[in-house]
Amino acid sequence: MSERLVGHPARARLFLADEARSRFHDGALWEIRRRRDRRARDLPEWQELRALAARIKAHMLGRLPGYLEQFEANATRHGAVVHFARDAAEHNRIVLELLRARRITRVVKSKSMLTEECGLNPWLEQHGIEVTDTDLGELIVQLRKEPPSHIVLPAIHLRTQDVAETFAAELAAPPLADPVSLTRFAREHLREKFLAAQAGITGVNFAIAETGGFVVCTNEGNADLGTALPGLHIACMGLEKLVPRAADLGVFLRLLARSATGQAITVYSSHYHGPRPGAELHIVIVDNGRSSIRAEPEHRRALACIRCGACMNTCPVFRRSGGHSYGTEVPGPIGSILAPLRQPERHASLPHACTLCGSCSAVCPVGIDLHEQLLALRRRQVDGGPAASAAQAPVATRGKRWLVALVAWALSSPQRTARLGAWVRWLGRRLPGLLRAGPLAAWSDTRELPPLPRRSFQEQYAERRARATPDAGAQQGVGREEPS
Amino acid sequence: MKPFRNAPPAEYAGAVPELSPRVALFVPCYLDQLYPDVAWACLELLEARGLKVDVPAQQTCCGQPLINTGAGHAARPLGVRFAASFAGFDHVVCPSGSCAAALRRQLAELPSGAASPRVFELCEFLVDELGVERLDVSFPHRVALHQSCHALRELGLGAPSELGGGAVARENPGRKLLGLVRDLTLVEPGRSDECCGFGGSFCVLEPGVSSRMGDDRVADFEAAGAEVVTSLDMSCLMHLSGLARRRARPLGFMHIAQVLLGRPIGEQAAAERRA
Repeated sequence: MSERLVGHPARARLFLADEARSRFHDGALWEIRRRRDRRARDLPEWQELRALAARIKAHMLGRLPGYLEQFEANATRHGAVVHFARDAAEHNRIVLELLRARRITRVVKSKSMLTEECGLNPWLEQHGIEVTDTDLGELIVQLRKEPPSHIVLPAIHLRTQDVAETFAAELAAPPLADPVSLTRFAREHLREKFLAAQAGITGVNFAIAETGGFVVCTNEGNADLGTALPGLHIACMGLEKLVPRAADLGVFLRLLARSATGQAITVYSSHYHGPRPGAELHIVIVDNGRSSIRAEPEHRRALACIRCGACMNTCPVFRRSGGHSYGTEVPGPIGSILAPLRQPERHASLPHACTLCGSCSAVCPVGIDLHEQLLALRRRQVDGGPAASAAQAPVATRGKRWLVALVAWALSSPQRTARLGAWVRWLGRRLPGLLRAGPLAAWSDTRELPPLPRRSFQEQYAERRARATPDAGAQQGVGREEPS
Repeated sequence: MKPFRNAPPAEYAGAVPELSPRVALFVPCYLDQLYPDVAWACLELLEARGLKVDVPAQQTCCGQPLINTGAGHAARPLGVRFAASFAGFDHVVCPSGSCAAALRRQLAELPSGAASPRVFELCEFLVDELGVERLDVSFPHRVALHQSCHALRELGLGAPSELGGGAVARENPGRKLLGLVRDLTLVEPGRSDECCGFGGSFCVLEPGVSSRMGDDRVADFEAAGAEVVTSLDMSCLMHLSGLARRRARPLGFMHIAQVLLGRPIGEQAAAERRA
C-alpha cells in the first residue's frame, strides 16, 4: 500500500512497525504531558504568564537589532567575546577556529539544539576534535550515532535494554539491566571526560540584553561541570534567545520547566555573566535563516519558541511516530513549522503530519498558534508565499492541484455535488472492491467504509419538501435522479 | 348576525407575524451522502422543540476539505455560496463541530458588511439558544462521549485537558445533554480528549499514524466499558467505526443527535432506516 508514502508518513511507519516501542513512547510522553497539565493547572496565573511571555518575545523580536547590540555591549563589558554567525557554516568555523587557536582537542558539550542544527559535532570530529555530549540522553544518542529524537528527551525513543546494549558495545560496560546502574556507569564515564576537557560548549536558554548575562538550564548540572574546569567556555545561541530584562526570567523560568517536564523549576538554572577569572568566554550568536522567518508576519511568532518540547509531548502524532520521523533537528509541531520555512520542498510532508487537533497551540507556553501556522504552510504549498522567492514557491504536486480544482468544481453546485455523490454510492454498492483500491486503499487498508445509503438526505428531503409545497421541488431543481 | 362594526379587515387574517427565529439546518456534505439519518435526527430534535426548520436546497459544503488541505482560495466561493443560501435566516444549525468551525472561518473571510447568519453546532444550539433542560427519552446503554478536537478547541465546547490555570472554559454541551437522557450511563475513557486521528486528508496522507491513533481510541473506549461511542462529529466516528468494524469489535458508534432521540444502536440500522 504505502510504497507511495514519502517523507514523514513513510518514516512514521518504520517507528510504528515496532509496536511495543511506539506504544511505550506514546505512554512515556503522555505521562510527561499529564505532569505538565497538573503543574499548569496548579498556577492560577498560568494563562497570564503565557500571555506575558508571548508579549515579551513579540516585543523583543520587533526590536531585535537594538537588543542584540545592547546584549553585545553588556556582554563585552563583562569580558565575554561576542561573535555573530550568518549561518551554520560560519558558526562552525568560528567554534573550530577558537579551539584550534588554543590547540584544543577535547571538548565537553551540554545540550544545545543550535549545535545540532549546525551539525557542529561531525564538523569538529572531522577536524580531529573529540566532542563528548554530557547530557545523559545526548550521550546515549551520540554513542549510537543517531540524532536526538526529542529536544528535551533526546533518547526517549529508546528503552533501558537499548541503552544497556549501547553502553556495552561502545563503552565496554558490564551487563547492566536497570536505569540506576546505567546512570552510575555513565556518570563515571563522563567524570573522566569532564576532567580531561580543555573547553566546554553550552547552549543558551535565555540571553539578557540589559545585563549581558545568559542562563543555561539543565537537570543534570552538566553545563556547570563542563564550564567550571576548562579555560574556555563557548556558548552558542540562536538570536531569538534574547529577553530584554533580567526580570523577564521570572516569567520564562517558571514556564519552561513546567512545560518541559512538569517540574516547578529545572534543577540547575546557571547564570553566566562574563568569564571566570583567568578563563575565556565566547558567545556565538547565530542567524541561520532566523532573520527571514522574522521578516514573515505570519510566522515571526514561531521564533518565540523556548524549546520546551511541550508541543511534542502533547502531539498525538509525535507520540506515535517518534521524533526521527520528522527528519529535522527540531521535530514535532514547532519543527514542522521551522523546517519547511527554510526548505519547503524537502519538508513538504511535515505541515500535513498533523490532524489540526490544536492541542499544541493550547499548551505552548509562549502562545505560538502552532496549528494555525501549519495550516498557513499548507496554504503556501498550494498558493505560494507572500514573497516571490524560490523558498516560497508553491510545492503542491500537479495531481493535488487537479484534485483541488475538481473538488472545488463539484462542490460549487448542489446538483453536481448530488450527482457525484449518488454516482459514487451507486458504484460503491455494486462494486465494493473499487473503493478498496487505488487512492482509497489508504483508507481501506485498515478501515471499513460506512454502509452506503441508497439515497442521500437531500434526496429524501426533497420528497418531504415537495409534499409540503407541491411545486417547490421542481422550482428549486432538486430532482436528484439516482443512476440505476 | 350583523357583523361587528369595527371588525378587523379580512386581510389581517393569516398575517400573524412570525416571532420565532428563522432556523435553518446545514447538512454537512458527508452526512448528506453517508449518514442521512443523522440529518433527520437533527431535524427531529429541533422540530420537537416547536421550531420550524428549513433545509435550503442550494447548500453544498462548508469548504473544510479544501481549507484544511491548504486550498483556502478554492474554498472561498463555497463560503459565499453558504452565506447566500442561508441569507435571511437568524440561526444556522450544523450537526458537526468541525464544519461549524469551518463555516465560522468562512464567514469571517467574507467582505465586511455581507449578511452572515449565526452558525451553531447542534448541541451548542440546543443548550445555549434553546435552553434545553429536559429530554423525554431513554437510552439504556453505557455511552462514551468522544470529544472532537474542533468542537473542543475551535468552538470552545468544553475544557481541553491541557488547559492551565486561569483559563475560562465551559462544559461540553453534548455532555450536558447526555446527562438529560434517562437510563444512560456515561463512561469516561482514560484519555478524556485525545484526538481520534481522522483529521480529514490526514487519514489518507498518514494512514499508519491515523490508524494507530484510532485503534488507541477504540481500545480506550472499550476499556471504559462503553457500548456506544457518540460524538458531536460523525467524521471522527466514521474513522473509528471503520477501524472497529475491520477488527470486528462490537462497539457501536452513533452521532449524538441519534442518541438524544434514543435511536436503536447500530450504524447500519440507523443509516438504512430511512433510505
